[in-house]
Amino acid sequence: MIPLSWYLILSAALFSIGLFGVLARRNAIAILLGIELMLNAVNINLVAFWRYLDPVRITGQVFAIIVFAVAAAEVAVGLALVISVYRNRKTVVADELDMMKW
Amino acid sequence: MTILFLITAVVILASAVMVVSSRNLVHAALWLVSALFGVAVLYALLDAGFMAVVQVVIYIGAIAILFIFAVMLTRREMRDTGPGLNKNWWVSAVMSILTFGGLAYLLSSWSGFSQTSADIPVGFDAVTALGEALISPDAFVLPFEVASVMLVAALVGAVYIAFNPRIGDTRK
Repeated sequence: MIPLSWYLILSAALFSIGLFGVLARRNAIAILLGIELMLNAVNINLVAFWRYLDPVRITGQVFAIIVFAVAAAEVAVGLALVISVYRNRKTVVADELDMMKW
Repeated sequence: MTILFLITAVVILASAVMVVSSRNLVHAALWLVSALFGVAVLYALLDAGFMAVVQVVIYIGAIAILFIFAVMLTRREMRDTGPGLNKNWWVSAVMSILTFGGLAYLLSSWSGFSQTSADIPVGFDAVTALGEALISPDAFVLPFEVASVMLVAALVGAVYIAFNPRIGDTRK
């Protein structure tokens, strides 16, 4: 049987890759892709903890489903914002979106 | 089981690296689909069949497709311009490696780190338990309803933001 640590290390690695994507990519949509990777890493952790620590109480899976709902809402609002910005500025590169810089 | 986990882990990590490094955003979104599918396989390995199905339906079927639509709606022309990473990308690389090291150190100092899995009792149905927990007043009915209200609010807001052409218009 696979020990819990393998899942935890895998999800830590996935989280770090997503963090790199969020910090390093220039395109706003690519930043959102990185956020999706990070949310998935969190979900792997939640389901693994549910399975390994307390499978009878279903708390971990309920948490993961709430994270699904939050991810769906985040993607909907984020992509709507990106499309609105693109319509007005004709770019989605994060460096060039400096209208709030004083 | 172990072999399956290792193959899935390699697929997930390789796809994730391609998501953050590929310059073509459509390719990045398709690599994201691959990574999400690997995560669904992990859920199946963890005896969470419902989560695996939900992962495929919601993440791959809705979120990844939404990403591909957004990429296609926001490309000025069919080719990508400029570098995919910003100038200080190595700072981000150092930051994420430090994050991984810190997380691994924190986890390895936890006493339950190498724990093996708990036994599922005979006759225990995780899907039934999940459904009952989501609508039971003793459990999670309030977070569940709050999440649905949040989804409605987010979708109404998304439609309003994306539909109204005057929002965010800074040109005079």
